[in-house]
Amino acid sequence: MNASLLADRLAELQAQLAALQAKSEALGEAISEAARAAAAGGTSHEAFFLTGLTVFVLAVFVGYHVVWRVTPALHSPLMAVTNAISSVIIVGALIAAGPASFDFSQVMGFVAVVLASINIFGGFLVTQRMLAMYKKKTK
Amino acid sequence: METISTLAYLAASVCFILALRGLSSPESAREGNSYGIAGMAIAIVTTLLQPIVSSYLVIIVGIAIGGTIGAVIAKRIKMTALPQLVAAFHSLVGLAAVCVAAAAFYSPESYGIGIPGHIKAGSLIEMSLGTAIGAITFTGSVVAFAKLQGLLTGKPLVFPFQHPLNAGLGVLAILLIVLLCTTNAAWVFWAIVVVAFSLGFLLILPIGGADMPVVISMLNSYSGWAACGIGFTLQNNLLIITGALVGSSGAILSYIMCKGMNRSIVNVILGGFGGEIAGLPAGSALADRTVKAGSAEDAAFIMKNASSVVVVPGYGMAVAQAQHALREMADLLKKEGVDIKYAIHPVAGRMPGHMNVLLAEANVPYDEVFELEEINRDFAQTDVVYVIGANDVTNPAAKTDPASPIYGMPILEIEKAKTVLFIKRSLASGYAGVENELFFRPNTMMLFGDAKKMTEEIVRALG
Repeated sequence: MNASLLADRLAELQAQLAALQAKSEALGEAISEAARAAAAGGTSHEAFFLTGLTVFVLAVFVGYHVVWRVTPALHSPLMAVTNAISSVIIVGALIAAGPASFDFSQVMGFVAVVLASINIFGGFLVTQRMLAMYKKKTK
Repeated sequence: METISTLAYLAASVCFILALRGLSSPESAREGNSYGIAGMAIAIVTTLLQPIVSSYLVIIVGIAIGGTIGAVIAKRIKMTALPQLVAAFHSLVGLAAVCVAAAAFYSPESYGIGIPGHIKAGSLIEMSLGTAIGAITFTGSVVAFAKLQGLLTGKPLVFPFQHPLNAGLGVLAILLIVLLCTTNAAWVFWAIVVVAFSLGFLLILPIGGADMPVVISMLNSYSGWAACGIGFTLQNNLLIITGALVGSSGAILSYIMCKGMNRSIVNVILGGFGGEIAGLPAGSALADRTVKAGSAEDAAFIMKNASSVVVVPGYGMAVAQAQHALREMADLLKKEGVDIKYAIHPVAGRMPGHMNVLLAEANVPYDEVFELEEINRDFAQTDVVYVIGANDVTNPAAKTDPASPIYGMPILEIEKAKTVLFIKRSLASGYAGVENELFFRPNTMMLFGDAKKMTEEIVRALG
């Protein structure tokens, strides 16, 4: 008795499926086009901005989920270690300090290398010192 | 070559994520820290292998100087001084971000973002955001450091037209960024730096000492966003990922700290909370209300005969450096068969997790230390609560008095315990300027004195 109803539903679902397929094909084309654009203009600012933005948003989500799992007892080491890893900015400083030519940028780069190194060594070592103190009951 | 370095940077990013993941439990945390170090090593080596990097001597000297300073500080720092150390480290990240942005502005060709004077508008926006956030982080952290170190008063420094002035500076910074994009002029770049420096200074100045856990977390977050801004400028995914991780970590910590005080982040940033209302002098409070004062011997006797004791530490314990004496006391009580636990309020101390580190330093096992939600239901079955250097976080007014400035703040419900021992120097009110009803209850005994000395006296009385 529900046969006609079922048939209607089936037709509806088929139509939805076809629409979804069309959409996914379009999406696939868009992705490959974007990839081609990125490959063609590796230095193009707009292309990188979109990639960077994607990476940024995903990284914020990863950070959100990872950090909520950190136990409150370790919030101080968390601050120290995030401080240490944010000094990865040294990557930019090394490139500024790197060229053989001597100019203002190299001076800035050198200063940044020193500042970031203080943080990297200081941050990781103080984290290590803190974590070494956390002990379980000996009994 | 570019493919290899991109993959290496990806590996470094994964290492950093694993470093944070490790912190989900104390057992995996040390391994996590090793992942962090490995990630940093990969990032640095990969960058050094870039063709543009050739002056290795300069770089090695730079890393050696910075590394030595950092290592010496990390080895020597006292655990009680941890909050100011973290603030100081944040300031360095901020300043480094400004330096890198300046280098990119003067030599954009090194980073492939244009030639001097003709940098693309998109890159300039990213660069100036990174610079501005970095500069705010720098001066803001310097002020936070000065407050925590006691170089500046911990009281909120409020001045007239503070908020309009800050808003004006914010608008000015945005206008300067627009100007930079249209003119590409160096003076505009430096004007942004100066405006952001002033803004960071003025933003943190009015925030009081006990709001420092929020401030430090917030600056932690800023240092991450600054790295992100620089990452976009330099088109480097590793910087973007790391910056986003750090930024969201700091933001979550700020949120947790605000929740621990039942205040909004806006309320904290606007500043001016606490410290203004002078505590009631002990004499006047005693005049109309009576408290029961006890000696170290009384406290030792009460605790020795209890079957369970919960210790509630606060910032006062850190100031008095009483954590080692406290552990000794706990050891002696354990020998008497007393069950000992520690209860930590989320905003106890001057940075997130501050109390946990100090207790760990004194060799208190971490499985004896409990967070607010875990321990609150136990207080009704607790014989004695030993409050050392805490006040507002135990104040029942937070639950009962809607007029109180701390109303709605989650508290440790120690009023349910059979006996409360309060170590305090005087009857002065806590940071929030609120009188604590608990002092006057018949089952509360006040132990007037320095937290460390009083605890040591109790140790002697127990021994």
